[in-house]
Amino acid sequence: MNIEKVREILSTHGRLTTPVDQLQDDSDLYQAGLTSLATVGLMLALEDEFDIEFPDSALSRKTFGSIESIAETVEDLSE
Amino acid sequence: MFKPTQMDSNEFNQIITQVHQIGKDIVAPNAQDVDEKARFPKEGIEALKGLKLLSSYVPESLGGMGMSIEQVSKVCEVLGHYCGSTAMIYAMHKIQVACIVHHCLDENYYQGYVDKLVSEQRLIASATTEIGIGGDLLSSFCAVEATDGNFELEKKAPVISYAEDADDLMITARRNPDAAKSDQVGVLVSKEQYEVEPISDWDTLGFRGTCSSGFVVKAKASVEQISPVSFTEVLSQTMHPYSHIVWASLWSGIAASAVDKARKFVKNAMRKNPNMPPISSVRLAEVETLLYDMKNNVTASIIDYDKLLAKGDTDAFTNFGFAIRVNNLKIKSSQLLIDIVGQSMMICGIASYRNNSDMTLGRHIRDAYGASLMVNNDRIMMHNSSLVLMHKEEAGRV
Repeated sequence: MNIEKVREILSTHGRLTTPVDQLQDDSDLYQAGLTSLATVGLMLALEDEFDIEFPDSALSRKTFGSIESIAETVEDLSE
Repeated sequence: MFKPTQMDSNEFNQIITQVHQIGKDIVAPNAQDVDEKARFPKEGIEALKGLKLLSSYVPESLGGMGMSIEQVSKVCEVLGHYCGSTAMIYAMHKIQVACIVHHCLDENYYQGYVDKLVSEQRLIASATTEIGIGGDLLSSFCAVEATDGNFELEKKAPVISYAEDADDLMITARRNPDAAKSDQVGVLVSKEQYEVEPISDWDTLGFRGTCSSGFVVKAKASVEQISPVSFTEVLSQTMHPYSHIVWASLWSGIAASAVDKARKFVKNAMRKNPNMPPISSVRLAEVETLLYDMKNNVTASIIDYDKLLAKGDTDAFTNFGFAIRVNNLKIKSSQLLIDIVGQSMMICGIASYRNNSDMTLGRHIRDAYGASLMVNNDRIMMHNSSLVLMHKEEAGRV
Protein backbone atom coordinates (compact mmCIF):
# COMPACT_ATOMS: atom_id res chain seq x y z
CA MET A 1 0.00 0.00 0.00
CA ASN A 2 2.97 2.28 0.56
CA ILE A 3 4.61 1.38 -2.72
CA GLU A 4 3.33 4.39 -4.68
CA LYS A 5 4.27 6.84 -1.94
CA VAL A 6 7.73 5.26 -1.66
CA ARG A 7 8.17 5.58 -5.42
CA GLU A 8 7.20 9.25 -5.22
CA ILE A 9 9.65 9.99 -2.41
CA LEU A 10 12.34 8.00 -4.17
CA SER A 11 11.94 10.01 -7.36
CA THR A 12 12.29 13.28 -5.40
CA HIS A 13 15.09 12.28 -3.02
CA GLY A 14 16.80 9.21 -4.48
CA ARG A 15 18.94 11.05 -7.09
CA LEU A 16 18.90 7.86 -9.14
CA THR A 17 20.52 7.54 -12.54
CA THR A 18 17.63 5.33 -13.72
CA PRO A 19 14.16 6.97 -13.59
CA VAL A 20 11.98 5.44 -10.89
CA ASP A 21 9.17 4.55 -13.32
CA GLN A 22 11.59 2.30 -15.17
CA LEU A 23 12.32 0.29 -12.02
CA GLN A 24 10.57 -2.84 -10.80
CA ASP A 25 9.61 -3.05 -7.12
CA ASP A 26 12.46 -5.50 -6.58
CA SER A 27 15.09 -3.74 -8.74
CA ASP A 28 18.40 -3.09 -7.03
CA LEU A 29 18.44 0.61 -6.16
CA TYR A 30 22.23 0.72 -5.76
CA GLN A 31 22.54 -0.45 -9.34
CA ALA A 32 20.04 2.30 -10.21
CA GLY A 33 22.50 4.82 -8.75
CA LEU A 34 21.50 5.19 -5.09
CA THR A 35 24.44 6.58 -3.08
CA SER A 36 24.97 6.71 0.67
CA LEU A 37 24.48 10.49 0.66
CA ALA A 38 21.17 10.18 -1.21
CA THR A 39 20.11 7.48 1.26
CA VAL A 40 20.26 10.09 4.03
CA GLY A 41 17.82 12.40 2.22
CA LEU A 42 15.62 9.46 1.37
CA MET A 43 15.52 8.28 4.98
CA LEU A 44 14.68 11.75 6.32
CA ALA A 45 11.87 12.16 3.78
CA LEU A 46 10.44 8.73 4.61
CA GLU A 47 10.55 9.51 8.34
CA ASP A 48 8.69 12.80 7.78
CA GLU A 49 6.13 11.40 5.38
CA PHE A 50 5.19 8.33 7.41
CA ASP A 51 5.89 9.81 10.85
CA ILE A 52 8.24 6.98 11.77
CA GLU A 53 11.79 6.64 13.04
CA PHE A 54 14.15 4.07 11.60
CA PRO A 55 15.78 2.09 14.44
CA ASP A 56 19.43 1.02 14.16
CA SER A 57 18.42 -2.54 13.28
CA ALA A 58 16.63 -1.31 10.14
CA LEU A 59 19.47 0.94 9.04
CA SER A 60 21.29 -1.26 6.60
CA ARG A 61 22.15 -1.35 2.94
CA LYS A 62 19.56 -4.09 2.55
CA THR A 63 16.67 -1.92 3.83
CA PHE A 64 17.26 0.67 1.12
CA GLY A 65 18.14 -1.91 -1.53
CA SER A 66 14.75 -2.00 -3.31
CA ILE A 67 11.38 -0.21 -3.41
CA GLU A 68 9.79 -3.36 -2.00
CA SER A 69 12.18 -3.58 0.91
CA ILE A 70 11.72 0.12 1.79
CA ALA A 71 7.92 -0.25 1.66
CA GLU A 72 8.04 -3.38 3.87
CA THR A 73 10.23 -1.64 6.43
CA VAL A 74 7.97 1.42 6.45
CA GLU A 75 4.97 -0.83 6.96
CA ASP A 76 6.62 -2.67 9.87
CA LEU A 77 7.54 0.63 11.51
CA SER A 78 4.09 2.14 11.02
CA GLU A 79 2.36 -0.68 12.90
CA MET B 1 28.19 -18.73 5.73
CA PHE B 2 31.73 -19.33 6.97
CA LYS B 3 32.12 -20.25 10.64
CA PRO B 4 35.28 -18.88 12.26
CA THR B 5 37.88 -21.35 13.53
CA GLN B 6 40.86 -20.91 15.82
CA MET B 7 44.30 -22.50 15.97
CA ASP B 8 45.31 -24.20 19.23
CA SER B 9 46.92 -21.50 21.36
CA ASN B 10 50.11 -23.48 22.15
CA GLU B 11 50.70 -24.19 18.50
CA PHE B 12 49.89 -20.59 17.67
CA ASN B 13 52.41 -19.30 20.22
CA GLN B 14 55.07 -21.49 18.63
CA ILE B 15 54.25 -19.92 15.27
CA ILE B 16 54.53 -16.45 16.77
CA THR B 17 57.98 -17.35 18.16
CA GLN B 18 59.00 -18.43 14.65
CA VAL B 19 57.60 -15.22 13.11
CA HIS B 20 59.67 -13.18 15.60
CA GLN B 21 62.69 -15.26 14.62
CA ILE B 22 62.32 -14.58 10.88
CA GLY B 23 61.47 -10.98 11.76
CA LYS B 24 64.83 -10.56 13.51
CA ASP B 25 66.92 -12.75 11.19
CA ILE B 26 65.43 -11.94 7.78
CA VAL B 27 62.76 -9.22 7.68
CA ALA B 28 64.43 -6.49 9.77
CA PRO B 29 67.93 -6.88 8.24
CA ASN B 30 66.42 -6.34 4.76
CA ALA B 31 63.99 -3.58 5.72
CA GLN B 32 66.39 -0.71 5.00
CA ASP B 33 67.35 -2.03 1.59
CA VAL B 34 63.69 -2.69 0.71
CA ASP B 35 62.89 0.90 1.74
CA GLU B 36 65.85 2.51 -0.05
CA LYS B 37 65.30 0.67 -3.33
CA ALA B 38 61.47 0.53 -3.12
CA ARG B 39 61.80 -3.17 -3.89
CA PHE B 40 59.63 -6.17 -3.08
CA PRO B 41 60.66 -7.75 0.27
CA LYS B 42 61.33 -11.11 -1.35
CA GLU B 43 63.34 -12.61 1.52
CA GLY B 44 60.66 -11.96 4.13
CA ILE B 45 57.78 -13.22 1.99
CA GLU B 46 59.79 -16.36 1.09
CA ALA B 47 60.41 -16.97 4.80
CA LEU B 48 56.67 -16.65 5.50
CA LYS B 49 56.01 -19.15 2.72
CA GLY B 50 58.52 -21.46 4.40
CA LEU B 51 56.38 -21.40 7.56
CA LYS B 52 53.27 -22.07 5.42
CA LEU B 53 51.85 -18.79 6.67
CA LEU B 54 50.33 -17.81 3.33
CA SER B 55 47.57 -20.34 4.01
CA SER B 56 47.29 -19.71 7.75
CA TYR B 57 43.62 -18.61 7.47
CA VAL B 58 42.62 -21.69 5.43
CA PRO B 59 40.67 -24.10 7.69
CA GLU B 60 42.64 -27.08 9.03
CA SER B 61 40.31 -29.48 7.22
CA LEU B 62 41.59 -28.03 3.93
CA GLY B 63 45.25 -28.19 4.88
CA GLY B 64 45.69 -24.71 6.37
CA MET B 65 46.34 -23.69 9.98
CA GLY B 66 42.76 -22.66 10.75
CA MET B 67 43.84 -19.40 12.37
CA SER B 68 41.18 -17.01 13.65
CA ILE B 69 41.08 -13.39 12.49
CA GLU B 70 42.62 -12.40 15.80
CA GLN B 71 45.52 -14.80 15.24
CA VAL B 72 46.10 -13.60 11.67
CA SER B 73 46.07 -10.02 12.89
CA LYS B 74 48.66 -10.90 15.57
CA VAL B 75 50.97 -12.23 12.85
CA CYS B 76 50.49 -8.93 10.97
CA GLU B 77 51.26 -6.99 14.14
CA VAL B 78 54.49 -8.93 14.75
CA LEU B 79 55.60 -8.35 11.16
CA GLY B 80 54.83 -4.64 11.55
CA HIS B 81 57.52 -4.51 14.25
CA TYR B 82 60.18 -5.47 11.72
CA CYS B 83 59.10 -4.03 8.34
CA GLY B 84 55.91 -2.14 7.50
CA SER B 85 55.99 -3.11 3.82
CA THR B 86 56.40 -6.84 4.49
CA ALA B 87 53.56 -6.69 7.02
CA MET B 88 51.37 -4.74 4.58
CA ILE B 89 51.93 -7.26 1.78
CA TYR B 90 51.18 -10.16 4.11
CA ALA B 91 48.00 -8.40 5.32
CA MET B 92 46.81 -7.61 1.79
CA HIS B 93 47.37 -11.24 0.79
CA LYS B 94 45.41 -12.48 3.83
CA ILE B 95 42.46 -10.24 2.88
CA GLN B 96 42.23 -12.04 -0.46
CA VAL B 97 42.56 -15.44 1.23
CA ALA B 98 39.74 -14.50 3.61
CA CYS B 99 37.49 -13.51 0.67
CA ILE B 100 38.06 -16.95 -0.89
CA VAL B 101 37.63 -18.85 2.39
CA HIS B 102 34.47 -16.95 3.34
CA HIS B 103 32.71 -16.94 -0.03
CA CYS B 104 34.07 -19.34 -2.62
CA LEU B 105 34.67 -22.76 -1.03
CA ASP B 106 31.51 -24.34 -2.45
CA GLU B 107 32.95 -24.01 -5.95
CA ASN B 108 35.11 -26.73 -7.53
CA TYR B 109 37.54 -24.27 -9.05
CA TYR B 110 38.17 -22.53 -5.74
CA GLN B 111 38.49 -25.81 -3.81
CA GLY B 112 41.25 -26.76 -6.24
CA TYR B 113 42.76 -23.32 -5.88
CA VAL B 114 42.92 -23.59 -2.09
CA ASP B 115 44.80 -26.92 -2.43
CA LYS B 116 47.37 -25.12 -4.59
CA LEU B 117 47.50 -22.19 -2.16
CA VAL B 118 48.36 -24.60 0.66
CA SER B 119 50.91 -26.68 -1.27
CA GLU B 120 52.55 -23.93 -3.34
CA GLN B 121 52.09 -21.00 -0.90
CA ARG B 122 50.89 -18.70 -3.68
CA LEU B 123 50.83 -14.93 -3.12
CA ILE B 124 47.63 -13.11 -4.14
CA ALA B 125 47.53 -9.44 -5.22
CA SER B 126 44.40 -7.44 -6.01
CA ALA B 127 43.19 -4.84 -8.51
CA THR B 128 40.11 -3.21 -7.01
CA THR B 129 40.38 0.49 -7.88
CA GLU B 130 40.12 1.77 -11.44
CA ILE B 131 41.32 4.90 -13.21
CA GLY B 132 38.42 7.34 -13.66
CA ILE B 133 36.27 5.90 -10.85
CA GLY B 134 37.78 7.97 -8.03
CA GLY B 135 38.55 5.33 -5.44
CA ASP B 136 35.05 3.88 -5.10
CA LEU B 137 35.51 0.13 -4.80
CA LEU B 138 31.81 -0.43 -5.51
CA SER B 139 31.95 0.79 -9.12
CA SER B 140 33.72 -0.49 -12.21
CA PHE B 141 33.97 0.57 -15.83
CA CYS B 142 35.71 -2.59 -17.00
CA ALA B 143 33.62 -5.70 -17.60
CA VAL B 144 34.04 -9.45 -17.83
CA GLU B 145 33.44 -10.46 -21.46
CA ALA B 146 32.59 -14.14 -21.58
CA THR B 147 32.36 -16.41 -24.63
CA ASP B 148 32.26 -20.22 -24.69
CA GLY B 149 33.24 -20.76 -21.09
CA ASN B 150 36.15 -18.34 -21.12
CA PHE B 151 36.37 -14.65 -20.43
CA GLU B 152 38.55 -11.69 -21.23
CA LEU B 153 39.02 -8.63 -19.08
CA GLU B 154 41.09 -5.45 -19.32
CA LYS B 155 41.41 -3.04 -16.42
CA LYS B 156 43.35 0.20 -15.93
CA ALA B 157 44.27 0.09 -12.26
CA PRO B 158 45.91 3.13 -10.61
CA VAL B 159 47.36 0.81 -7.96
CA ILE B 160 48.17 -2.88 -7.83
CA SER B 161 50.46 -3.62 -4.91
CA TYR B 162 53.24 -6.18 -5.63
CA ALA B 163 51.64 -6.95 -9.02
CA GLU B 164 54.88 -8.18 -10.51
CA ASP B 165 55.75 -10.50 -7.63
CA ALA B 166 52.36 -12.10 -7.03
CA ASP B 167 51.31 -15.55 -8.21
CA ASP B 168 47.64 -14.69 -8.60
CA LEU B 169 45.54 -11.58 -8.99
CA MET B 170 41.98 -10.80 -7.90
CA ILE B 171 40.35 -8.25 -10.21
CA THR B 172 36.96 -6.61 -9.76
CA ALA B 173 34.85 -5.81 -12.82
CA ARG B 174 31.28 -5.49 -13.99
CA ARG B 175 29.60 -8.89 -14.34
CA ASN B 176 29.14 -8.42 -18.13
CA PRO B 177 29.37 -5.56 -20.64
CA ASP B 178 25.67 -4.65 -20.10
CA ALA B 179 25.80 -4.66 -16.29
CA ALA B 180 25.45 -1.52 -14.15
CA LYS B 181 28.64 0.02 -12.72
CA SER B 182 27.80 -1.39 -9.29
CA ASP B 183 26.95 -4.92 -10.53
CA GLN B 184 30.41 -6.33 -9.89
CA VAL B 185 32.14 -9.66 -9.50
CA GLY B 186 35.68 -10.60 -8.54
CA VAL B 187 37.78 -12.90 -10.71
CA LEU B 188 40.88 -14.74 -9.55
CA VAL B 189 43.47 -15.25 -12.27
CA SER B 190 46.88 -16.94 -12.14
CA LYS B 191 50.04 -15.28 -13.39
CA GLU B 192 50.12 -17.29 -16.62
CA GLN B 193 46.60 -15.96 -17.35
CA TYR B 194 47.32 -12.24 -17.09
CA GLU B 195 49.76 -9.61 -18.24
CA VAL B 196 50.48 -6.35 -16.50
CA GLU B 197 51.90 -3.27 -18.20
CA PRO B 198 53.10 -0.50 -15.86
CA ILE B 199 51.51 2.92 -16.30
CA SER B 200 52.89 4.66 -13.20
CA ASP B 201 55.72 4.04 -10.77
CA TRP B 202 55.84 3.82 -6.97
CA ASP B 203 58.36 6.33 -5.63
CA THR B 204 56.62 7.32 -2.41
CA LEU B 205 57.61 8.43 1.07
CA GLY B 206 56.60 5.21 2.76
CA PHE B 207 55.43 1.61 2.34
CA ARG B 208 57.93 1.63 -0.49
CA GLY B 209 58.34 -2.14 -0.54
CA THR B 210 54.67 -2.70 -1.40
CA CYS B 211 55.55 -1.67 -4.98
CA SER B 212 52.04 -0.28 -5.51
CA SER B 213 52.44 1.00 -9.07
CA GLY B 214 49.63 1.45 -11.57
CA PHE B 215 49.11 -1.10 -14.33
CA VAL B 216 46.95 -2.03 -17.26
CA VAL B 217 45.97 -5.65 -16.66
CA LYS B 218 44.82 -7.95 -19.43
CA ALA B 219 43.43 -11.30 -18.33
CA LYS B 220 42.06 -14.36 -20.13
CA ALA B 221 40.72 -17.23 -18.08
CA SER B 222 37.86 -19.65 -17.49
CA VAL B 223 34.44 -18.46 -16.30
CA GLU B 224 34.82 -20.91 -13.36
CA GLN B 225 37.25 -18.39 -11.93
CA ILE B 226 34.53 -15.77 -11.48
CA SER B 227 33.60 -15.48 -7.81
CA PRO B 228 30.19 -17.07 -7.10
CA VAL B 229 28.93 -14.13 -5.02
CA SER B 230 28.63 -10.48 -5.94
CA PHE B 231 31.50 -8.19 -4.98
CA THR B 232 29.11 -6.03 -2.90
CA GLU B 233 28.59 -8.99 -0.56
CA VAL B 234 32.27 -9.89 -0.46
CA LEU B 235 33.13 -6.29 0.38
CA SER B 236 30.60 -5.79 3.18
CA GLN B 237 30.99 -9.24 4.77
CA THR B 238 34.72 -9.73 4.40
CA MET B 239 36.98 -7.34 2.54
CA HIS B 240 35.96 -4.14 4.32
CA PRO B 241 36.05 -5.36 7.97
CA TYR B 242 38.91 -7.82 7.46
CA SER B 243 41.18 -5.29 5.74
CA HIS B 244 40.68 -2.59 8.35
CA ILE B 245 41.38 -5.11 11.13
CA VAL B 246 44.58 -6.51 9.63
CA TRP B 247 45.84 -3.08 8.59
CA ALA B 248 45.17 -1.58 12.01
CA SER B 249 46.99 -4.57 13.53
CA LEU B 250 50.12 -4.15 11.47
CA TRP B 251 50.07 -0.40 12.09
CA SER B 252 49.98 -1.11 15.82
CA GLY B 253 53.11 -3.24 15.26
CA ILE B 254 54.85 -0.29 13.57
CA ALA B 255 53.72 1.97 16.43
CA ALA B 256 54.92 -0.52 19.06
CA SER B 257 58.32 -0.73 17.42
CA ALA B 258 58.64 3.08 17.55
CA VAL B 259 57.67 3.01 21.24
CA ASP B 260 60.27 0.26 21.82
CA LYS B 261 62.94 2.58 20.48
CA ALA B 262 61.66 5.39 22.68
CA ARG B 263 61.80 3.06 25.71
CA LYS B 264 65.36 2.10 24.88
CA PHE B 265 66.28 5.76 24.66
CA VAL B 266 64.70 6.62 28.02
CA LYS B 267 66.37 3.65 29.70
CA ASN B 268 69.76 4.79 28.42
CA ALA B 269 69.09 8.27 29.74
CA MET B 270 68.12 6.84 33.15
CA ARG B 271 71.32 4.79 33.23
CA LYS B 272 73.37 7.94 32.72
CA ASN B 273 71.54 9.86 35.41
CA PRO B 274 69.69 7.48 37.77
CA ASN B 275 68.67 10.18 40.26
CA MET B 276 66.65 12.30 37.92
CA PRO B 277 63.92 10.74 35.79
CA PRO B 278 64.08 12.49 32.41
CA ILE B 279 61.09 14.38 31.01
CA SER B 280 61.13 11.76 28.29
CA SER B 281 59.99 9.10 30.79
CA VAL B 282 56.74 11.03 31.25
CA ARG B 283 56.40 11.30 27.49
CA LEU B 284 56.98 7.56 27.26
CA ALA B 285 54.18 6.90 29.73
CA GLU B 286 51.94 9.16 27.66
CA VAL B 287 52.71 7.51 24.37
CA GLU B 288 52.05 4.10 25.96
CA THR B 289 48.48 5.17 26.63
CA LEU B 290 48.03 5.91 22.92
CA LEU B 291 49.45 2.54 21.96
CA TYR B 292 47.08 0.94 24.45
CA ASP B 293 44.14 2.73 22.73
CA MET B 294 45.34 1.65 19.35
CA LYS B 295 45.60 -2.01 20.28
CA ASN B 296 42.28 -2.00 22.13
CA ASN B 297 40.50 -0.56 19.11
CA VAL B 298 41.68 -3.53 17.08
CA THR B 299 40.55 -5.97 19.76
CA ALA B 300 37.11 -4.34 19.96
CA SER B 301 36.70 -4.55 16.20
CA ILE B 302 37.70 -8.21 16.13
CA ILE B 303 35.08 -9.00 18.80
CA ASP B 304 32.48 -7.01 16.85
CA TYR B 305 33.28 -8.81 13.59
CA ASP B 306 33.56 -12.28 15.16
CA LYS B 307 30.11 -11.82 16.69
CA LEU B 308 28.58 -11.10 13.31
CA LEU B 309 30.37 -14.04 11.72
CA ALA B 310 29.18 -16.35 14.51
CA LYS B 311 25.62 -15.09 14.04
CA GLY B 312 25.77 -16.05 10.36
CA ASP B 313 23.29 -13.31 9.38
CA THR B 314 24.71 -11.96 6.14
CA ASP B 315 22.42 -8.90 6.18
CA ALA B 316 23.82 -7.77 9.53
CA PHE B 317 27.11 -6.83 7.85
CA THR B 318 25.35 -4.13 5.83
CA ASN B 319 24.16 -2.39 9.00
CA PHE B 320 25.31 1.24 8.84
CA GLY B 321 26.47 1.15 12.46
CA PHE B 322 28.85 -1.71 11.69
CA ALA B 323 30.17 0.06 8.58
CA ILE B 324 30.79 3.23 10.63
CA ARG B 325 32.65 1.30 13.35
CA VAL B 326 34.82 -0.48 10.79
CA ASN B 327 35.66 2.86 9.16
CA ASN B 328 36.36 4.41 12.57
CA LEU B 329 38.94 1.71 13.24
CA LYS B 330 40.82 2.64 10.07
CA ILE B 331 40.60 6.40 10.59
CA LYS B 332 41.53 6.36 14.27
CA SER B 333 44.30 3.76 13.99
CA SER B 334 46.01 5.60 11.14
CA GLN B 335 45.82 8.90 13.07
CA LEU B 336 47.17 7.26 16.22
CA LEU B 337 50.05 5.78 14.23
CA ILE B 338 51.23 9.25 13.20
CA ASP B 339 50.80 10.54 16.78
CA ILE B 340 52.64 7.62 18.35
CA VAL B 341 55.58 7.65 15.95
CA GLY B 342 55.74 11.47 16.21
CA GLN B 343 55.81 11.38 20.01
CA SER B 344 58.39 8.60 19.98
CA MET B 345 60.55 10.90 17.85
CA MET B 346 60.16 13.67 20.42
CA ILE B 347 61.42 11.23 23.06
CA CYS B 348 64.40 10.00 21.05
CA GLY B 349 65.25 13.48 19.73
CA ILE B 350 67.73 14.09 16.97
CA ALA B 351 68.89 10.45 17.03
CA SER B 352 65.53 9.41 15.61
CA TYR B 353 65.64 12.19 13.02
CA ARG B 354 68.96 10.98 11.61
CA ASN B 355 68.73 8.43 8.84
CA ASN B 356 71.99 6.76 9.79
CA SER B 357 71.47 6.08 13.48
CA ASP B 358 70.31 2.96 15.32
CA MET B 359 67.51 5.04 16.77
CA THR B 360 66.23 6.32 13.43
CA LEU B 361 62.46 6.50 13.04
CA GLY B 362 62.62 7.77 9.46
CA ARG B 363 60.95 4.77 7.87
CA HIS B 364 58.37 4.60 10.67
CA ILE B 365 57.20 8.20 10.23
CA ARG B 366 57.11 7.88 6.44
CA ASP B 367 55.13 4.62 6.64
CA ALA B 368 52.83 6.21 9.23
CA TYR B 369 51.55 8.85 6.80
CA GLY B 370 50.83 6.11 4.25
CA ALA B 371 48.27 4.59 6.60
CA SER B 372 46.16 7.77 6.39
CA LEU B 373 46.78 8.45 2.70
CA MET B 374 46.94 5.15 0.83
CA VAL B 375 43.22 4.70 1.34
CA ASN B 376 42.44 8.34 2.02
CA ASN B 377 40.94 9.02 5.46
CA ASP B 378 39.02 12.02 4.11
CA ARG B 379 37.15 9.85 1.62
CA ILE B 380 36.21 7.43 4.41
CA MET B 381 35.23 10.36 6.62
CA MET B 382 32.97 11.75 3.86
CA HIS B 383 31.28 8.39 3.59
CA ASN B 384 30.83 8.19 7.36
CA SER B 385 29.45 11.73 7.37
CA SER B 386 26.39 10.43 5.50
CA LEU B 387 26.08 7.27 7.54
CA VAL B 388 26.30 8.98 10.96
CA LEU B 389 23.27 11.12 10.12
CA MET B 390 21.17 7.98 9.89
CA HIS B 391 22.75 5.75 12.47
CA LYS B 392 21.52 5.85 16.05
CA GLU B 393 23.47 3.74 18.48
CA GLU B 394 21.03 1.88 20.69
CA ALA B 395 22.52 2.00 24.17
CA GLY B 396 22.81 -1.25 26.05
CA ARG B 397 22.44 -3.53 23.07
CA VAL B 398 24.83 -6.53 23.17
